[in-house]
Amino acid sequence: MTISRRKLITSGLATAAGVAGLTAADRIARRYGLIPPDSGTVYGPGETLTYAAQRLITRHTLAREFPRSKISEKPFGNSLAPPNETFKKLQAGGFADWRLVVDGMVNHPLSLSLADLHQMPAHSQITEVVCEEGWSYVAEWIGTPLYNVLNEADLHPETLYIVYRTIEPNLWGSIDMADAFHPQTFLTLGMNNGDLPVGFGGPLRLRVPRQLGYKSLKFVTQITATDSMKKFGKGLGSVDPEYGYSWYAGI
Amino acid sequence: MTTTPRHTALVRVTHWLTVIAFLALLVTGAELVISHPRFYWGETGNVNMRPLFSLPLPTSRDTINNGYGSAMPDQNGWSRYLHFESAWVLVLTGAVYGIASLLNGHFRRDLVPEPGQRTLGAHFQRIAQYLHRKPPAADESSTYNVLQRSAYLIVIFVLFPLVIWTGLALSPAFNSAFPFFVDVLGGRQSARTLHFFVSWALFFFLVIHVAMIAISGFWSRTRAMITGRAASVPAPIPTPIEERP
Repeated sequence: MTISRRKLITSGLATAAGVAGLTAADRIARRYGLIPPDSGTVYGPGETLTYAAQRLITRHTLAREFPRSKISEKPFGNSLAPPNETFKKLQAGGFADWRLVVDGMVNHPLSLSLADLHQMPAHSQITEVVCEEGWSYVAEWIGTPLYNVLNEADLHPETLYIVYRTIEPNLWGSIDMADAFHPQTFLTLGMNNGDLPVGFGGPLRLRVPRQLGYKSLKFVTQITATDSMKKFGKGLGSVDPEYGYSWYAGI
Repeated sequence: MTTTPRHTALVRVTHWLTVIAFLALLVTGAELVISHPRFYWGETGNVNMRPLFSLPLPTSRDTINNGYGSAMPDQNGWSRYLHFESAWVLVLTGAVYGIASLLNGHFRRDLVPEPGQRTLGAHFQRIAQYLHRKPPAADESSTYNVLQRSAYLIVIFVLFPLVIWTGLALSPAFNSAFPFFVDVLGGRQSARTLHFFVSWALFFFLVIHVAMIAISGFWSRTRAMITGRAASVPAPIPTPIEERP
């Protein structure tokens, strides 16, 4: 097979342009925070494309909200692992001693009780919980947007992620700033006009309605501002990639 | 043996990339279904609600008890990662193929049925030829017959766009930007059910496609899709058994 000089030059130029294009794309993606923390595997290219594409079109968009008539009569909550001793003790005290600690890259570290959170401006949203298995339900969620707490804690400007931890030491996650300051990202205290039941994450659940249900962790106890996920767990952004699930779940 | 040009390099490369991506989507999609093999209509659906239908499969999650003792291993993690990565390969490959084929006339020349063939009758006639195992009227070694053309057009312009649409309608983030994508389908669970059925339609196409290739000469057809050239004589048509000496 003979390769003409023209073909050689054309393919050489095309390859060079491709490499330069990819390098430029990578630089732009890093600069605008479009690369997810779990991008280091064979699935990295797909995850990065999904996350970057969705961040470009969804930075400020709102999850669909529904009329009250669409609220599911029988919402479904996954069965919970048996609660640990700390949780049982707090539950016995009516969660009066439950604390949400806010720390990391903040000027004013906080330790908030549920009563403190109830004092903050309350919002409600009727949104769908979407499980990665395929099922879903619609409920009304009442709470205070996470940005109220973040603003009170006064974040350092270089913060890139908000890490949230729960009463279960091995259950934690993180979201980027677009979701952290999103008006529908709630520290949720109530559901369907009542207190948030334990089965649905009570007394305190972080709702992230533009992502799958597994990002809306139950029993939240701590919020940490950081500019890098390297120091947390295996550095993949949340515990999910350590079990093989993607960090970003906007799908 | 003389050969004639059959498939362009663009068609061959995008064909095989689509094969790889589609098979990965099929396997991972099946894996995702068995974590909740119940399907609903409307916006919401869960085990507290009556399904439209339910597949009596062993499942990978304990939320569904279909009567099988031991649950299937949960493979959703890598299946989800691979499903979406393959979807990107499929969409980008499809975009390259679609744009190039519009520009270079591939759709117009090779896929739109020829004038005089754009009737149902022409389709039935070609089906009858298949059923009676008659050799085609014209040499089909360098072109597609009317059934192939219509089937490929439906796959390219109806089924793949539908499977991509119904898939995107399952993304809560995408829906926040383009809510009508899911709303016009009747809700999230309707979109999931439709995604499942369109996937089956694509799977049926795959089965028939491979069966037709097997009948008309598996290796010669596959070789043509790899090398781009086909034997210029039509592949031999098997004689019906009762007519054999």
